[in-house]
Amino acid sequence: MKDTGKRLQAEDSDSSVAIKVEHVSKTFRLPHNRQNSLKGSFINLFRGGDRTFEKQEVLKNVSFEIKKGEFFGIVGRNGSGKSTLLKMLAGIYKPTKGMITVNGSLTPFIELGVGFNPELTGRENVYLNGALLGFSRPEIDAMYDDIVAFSEIERFMDQRLKNYSSGMQVRLAFSIAIRARSDILVLDEVLAVGDEAFQRKCFSYFDRLKREKRTVILVTHDMSTVERFCTKAMFIEEGKILLEGKPHLVAAAYSRSNDKTDESTSYQSPKQQYPFDIWVRDSAGKETKSFAYGNKMVVELSWKKPDVRHIGLAIFRANGEYVFGPNTYQDSYSLKDSNKATYTVDLNLNEGEYFLKAATMGENDNNIIEFIEEGPHFKVTRDYDSGRWGGVTKLDHEWL
Amino acid sequence: MGLFNRVFSKKNRALLAELVRTDFKLRYQGSVLGYAWSVLRPLLLFGILYVIFALVIKSGDGIPHFPVYLLLGIVLWTFFTDMTSQSLGSIVGRGDLIRKISIPRWIIVFSSSILALINLGLNMIVVAIVMLINGVPLMQTIVFIPLLLIELYIFALGISLFLSAAFVKFRDLGFIWEVIVQMGFYLTPILYAMSIIPVRFQKLQLLNPVAQVMQDARYSLVSHHEKVVTIWRVFGGDWYVLIPFVIVAITFVVGLMYFRNQQDSFAENL
Repeated sequence: MKDTGKRLQAEDSDSSVAIKVEHVSKTFRLPHNRQNSLKGSFINLFRGGDRTFEKQEVLKNVSFEIKKGEFFGIVGRNGSGKSTLLKMLAGIYKPTKGMITVNGSLTPFIELGVGFNPELTGRENVYLNGALLGFSRPEIDAMYDDIVAFSEIERFMDQRLKNYSSGMQVRLAFSIAIRARSDILVLDEVLAVGDEAFQRKCFSYFDRLKREKRTVILVTHDMSTVERFCTKAMFIEEGKILLEGKPHLVAAAYSRSNDKTDESTSYQSPKQQYPFDIWVRDSAGKETKSFAYGNKMVVELSWKKPDVRHIGLAIFRANGEYVFGPNTYQDSYSLKDSNKATYTVDLNLNEGEYFLKAATMGENDNNIIEFIEEGPHFKVTRDYDSGRWGGVTKLDHEWL
Repeated sequence: MGLFNRVFSKKNRALLAELVRTDFKLRYQGSVLGYAWSVLRPLLLFGILYVIFALVIKSGDGIPHFPVYLLLGIVLWTFFTDMTSQSLGSIVGRGDLIRKISIPRWIIVFSSSILALINLGLNMIVVAIVMLINGVPLMQTIVFIPLLLIELYIFALGISLFLSAAFVKFRDLGFIWEVIVQMGFYLTPILYAMSIIPVRFQKLQLLNPVAQVMQDARYSLVSHHEKVVTIWRVFGGDWYVLIPFVIVAITFVVGLMYFRNQQDSFAENL
């Protein structure tokens, strides 16, 4: 007999440990050609069972502990095994080997709006989603008005969910999710959806969780969030824990490891997909998409359309936040050439992923000729030996 | 009662109620007559079969109140097939929940079975109305009806648990079960008085729990006429009468055990 993994649910209020993971492994059996039919199973039986399966070890002998009241960040690239780990903590998957002990109740919103049904009204979905989070009908009755007020979609509650915009759905789902009272919260990429206003709501919710000293497990790709909220973080790669410790160290290690991969894959400028050409270079004139904090970025634009008098170039964070965007009309600058231009900027930006938007314009900036909605992406990395600060950009400042 | 309280905790009951409510709303959404269809469907089927079997072929063989006899059979059969067919796809159909949240898996099968029970309740009201119209006298044996329905429910639940869990891995099961149900429709004495077939086959037929329940229910509710064949009548005092009950018990235990054995891997296999 192979030894099988276990997940225990404990209620030990004296212990300071919220979650204990001991030597946990998870292996998936991936059929080469998935047989979902009896015929296929019969054929496999005669061929000798396991031969058409491939075993994939997603997590390899992972051990760690999360203490009560910790804001625990888990970072790692797609396919690193962090979602599998999260699903095991939540009790959706069973570990193949090892033991997980969860001390206290745990609400997994592995995703926002689980069980949302497009055919039901907003109101009905609130009750369904609430029941999935463990609330009874009277309990939801009592908090219903608050949920609706927080989501800011009062007028739409009796319309079917399929008529909602995705932003409205997310707001509604989030408004319910933050009602969860459980001891341990598992948040998977909740920030990846939603606009800037939504992110602000998320952050103030995180602040509240921290104040209340709740135990939170947060999975995210956004390192600034890890640094701002987490008290401890863990970096998973290829099913193993690469680093566990202080959030800023883990975030830095994660960013560094991402840069390495970026450089190893040969960079091709994706100019073909844009209405006009755009190149991103470093100060030495080499095409790149990774910059250290404070370095100069050189952007070259060239276009074919006639009558272009002005151009604009803007930097956005990968989450859609607008950072900075001048244009030659506002700067009262007249272009030297009729079909190309160069722009340089010092990237005094916090680390993270950014992208460019660009436009060619006629006589003024209301008259846009061609527009690149999402241009080249680039990364900014930071060296932590030279001091730390929070936010998007570093402004000149003084303490008096 | 510790297990019962844990299984039916406040949280689970609330979730169960919400899932049933959702299914109830969704099933007939967009149809004009809506929920009336759950009563109309067996009634229309009854109308067709009544004309063919009671009026044209006269398969009633002189059983008093044959229309009620026929309707009761159809209602019980509809309950059995609806519950098993709907439960079969219930786990796969709720894959979005199973892959994303850890709720007790049985709640999903249970909620689809409760929906079938609600339909059965509505249909039994129709049976009662038709009984009144047809002038069927009320007999003391009506007290057996709840027990018989419980037996049928447990049998259907055992099958539902097995089918819903097996369907996750073997999608052929949907078609196979459809064929079995179609076969069962003719093997079960729904459309005809059992008295028209040889006793040997009657004995064999009544080992099927659905047939046994159906005949006992007709005996208890419609008529004690000698042509209403029941398992007690064909086997006399023989021990064979226990076979359907043993089948029900084994089906339920096997279904439950298989489901429990499989439920941990639903999320991975879906």
